[in-house]
Amino acid sequence: MDKKRTLIDVIADSRLIHTILSIIIGFLVGAIFLAVMKIPVGEAYGMLFKSIFSNTKNLSYCIVYGTPYIVVGLSVAFSFRTGVFNIGAEGQFVMGSLAACVVGILCGSLPKILLIPLCFLAAAVAGAIWGVIVGFLKNKWGINEVLSMIMFNWIAFYLSNFIADFPAIHNEGTAEATRTVSDNARTLLPAGLIEKFNLCPTANWGILVAVILTVVVYFVIEKTTLGYELKAVGFNKSAAEYGGISVNRSILTALAISGALAGLGGALQLLGMGGRISIFTSQEGFGFAGIVVALIGVSQPFGVLLAGLFYGALTYGGGKLNLVKAPTQVVDIIVGTVVFFIAISSIFGAIRYLKKSPQKGGSKS
Amino acid sequence: MTAIINELGVILYATLLYTPPLLFAALGSCFSEVSGVVNIGMEGMMTAGAFSGCVVAHFTGNPWIGFLCGGLAGALFGMLHALATVRLGADQTISGTAINFLAPGVAVMMAKALFNSTDTIPLMPAAKIPLLFKGAFDTTTVFGTFLKNVFTNYATTYLVFIAVIVVWFIFYKTRFGLRMRACGEHPQACETLGINVLRTRFLCVTISGFMAGLGGACVTMAITNQFRPISIVGQGFIAIAAVIFGKFRPQGAMLGCLLFGFCTGLKVVLGNSNIVSAQLISMIPYVVTVIVLILFVGKSHVPAANGKPFVKSK
Repeated sequence: MDKKRTLIDVIADSRLIHTILSIIIGFLVGAIFLAVMKIPVGEAYGMLFKSIFSNTKNLSYCIVYGTPYIVVGLSVAFSFRTGVFNIGAEGQFVMGSLAACVVGILCGSLPKILLIPLCFLAAAVAGAIWGVIVGFLKNKWGINEVLSMIMFNWIAFYLSNFIADFPAIHNEGTAEATRTVSDNARTLLPAGLIEKFNLCPTANWGILVAVILTVVVYFVIEKTTLGYELKAVGFNKSAAEYGGISVNRSILTALAISGALAGLGGALQLLGMGGRISIFTSQEGFGFAGIVVALIGVSQPFGVLLAGLFYGALTYGGGKLNLVKAPTQVVDIIVGTVVFFIAISSIFGAIRYLKKSPQKGGSKS
Repeated sequence: MTAIINELGVILYATLLYTPPLLFAALGSCFSEVSGVVNIGMEGMMTAGAFSGCVVAHFTGNPWIGFLCGGLAGALFGMLHALATVRLGADQTISGTAINFLAPGVAVMMAKALFNSTDTIPLMPAAKIPLLFKGAFDTTTVFGTFLKNVFTNYATTYLVFIAVIVVWFIFYKTRFGLRMRACGEHPQACETLGINVLRTRFLCVTISGFMAGLGGACVTMAITNQFRPISIVGQGFIAIAAVIFGKFRPQGAMLGCLLFGFCTGLKVVLGNSNIVSAQLISMIPYVVTVIVLILFVGKSHVPAANGKPFVKSK
């Protein structure tokens, strides 16, 4: 490369810029749909941004919403990097929040310093088991992992509903939900702090856990032998096998780590926000949100951190859109468009050909 | 004895009622997967079909125009997926995930624009998919009642089994079917033989969207009679699962869908009794699938070039 890199080259090559462009296009497409529905675009987007950035309370809501998305996103990103597609994060998330909930209720008398780690541990183990089962089925009987993950998502969903109905943990009142976990299990910030900074009532220090996990995942993927082996298997199974890496064991390890992360996401959501498990009629979709977050963050841990916050903010802000009679679903359209343009981001690379004469392009790299 | 036969009839009825949405989508998915394109956006395409079919039937009063439009709406998103994955070399999983967000977003937003609610207005009986063989059976006998219970079913139920035969014929008895399967196994070899891989795949993905749309329309036009945001919850993924279960063959996918349909039917019938927890009964289809896979199916052969973008050599 002896030529000077022009601005066009930078735009054509940078994945960060592709993502930013995709986000801009996402908002444009959302605006078009709003305009077609004769909803004032400025008013709707104004509301969206106001309910995200206007004060510390809203900002803290966005972070609280984003926390579980970050960690589920890390789970999916980790699986992408290691060559498995963890479409089962949904089920692992549910198992994680179920485990945290059961421990948080039944061991409620333990002190905070013991109970919270215990809840996280239970959630990580539950999520990891849910991931490993799928890997085991694949290794032992050759059962396609995508297929069994879809099954185990639903099994987890109904299992959670079933267990939430047990008298030992079920709510005494009429609500179709479990009891709230013990206060000792909650990760909420002290009430004084919430008051002082005018944060949302569910402000919790889960975001710290999410940031720590981001760093840990980055470190494991990029800096350890384990991460190298897992990536090698993801990149080329036969070559990894030839290089002396056990492919079957690597797949199990990758699924265990990915499952544990999704399970932790469930615990963060439960101990931070919900505090209890409700009996649902359909899946909540945290796992699928995690896929989107991983994709927007291009499977890089720190990218996922930002993407999780972005998704959390959009979810929270989108919920306020009905105040100006704009449909919440515009957020889905924005997110879907962003992901779609990330998928076809190679078209951004094509802009360099607009500038150069086509017959003597020459520089393909 | 009579009661058991009647119950059995109801379970079989429910099986035939819940199978078509899955089966239409699964047949579509066969086209896409076999030609080498993973279509994880089935869920979104089904939602598009569920919405469009119901809305068009509502405004035209004609179920068949609605049903067809459901398919076309699915095909539209199928083309979007094809454009991204076949023409622009996009990652197939990413593009499919995008469609699973886009299509339901657009559908619910349009529902709000048209009906001022996320749910559409329930269809008039004339605009629903018609029931066939109504009053064709002698209900005075036990056997006649059984036949009536099972076979007085929506027209889509009969249509979907005809579709299985047609799709099977296309797959294994036509030149297009052979080329399509070859594209999923070894696209480079196809290209050297003068088969247009990109065009074949584009067509197959569009067909998969069309069939998914028909499946979605079955849900809102036969099983229920209105579109709601929760009309399609997971059926698209179950359809994909059925295809993997059926080893990427239309007849295998049919068995997979019938298994799910049967378990759903069992759930509906048993769910009315209070013997076992409804949650555990709901788990049956998924547990049974895993068990059947372990015992009878095992490893499935995934088309060799499945999921890999094909770049035409210059």
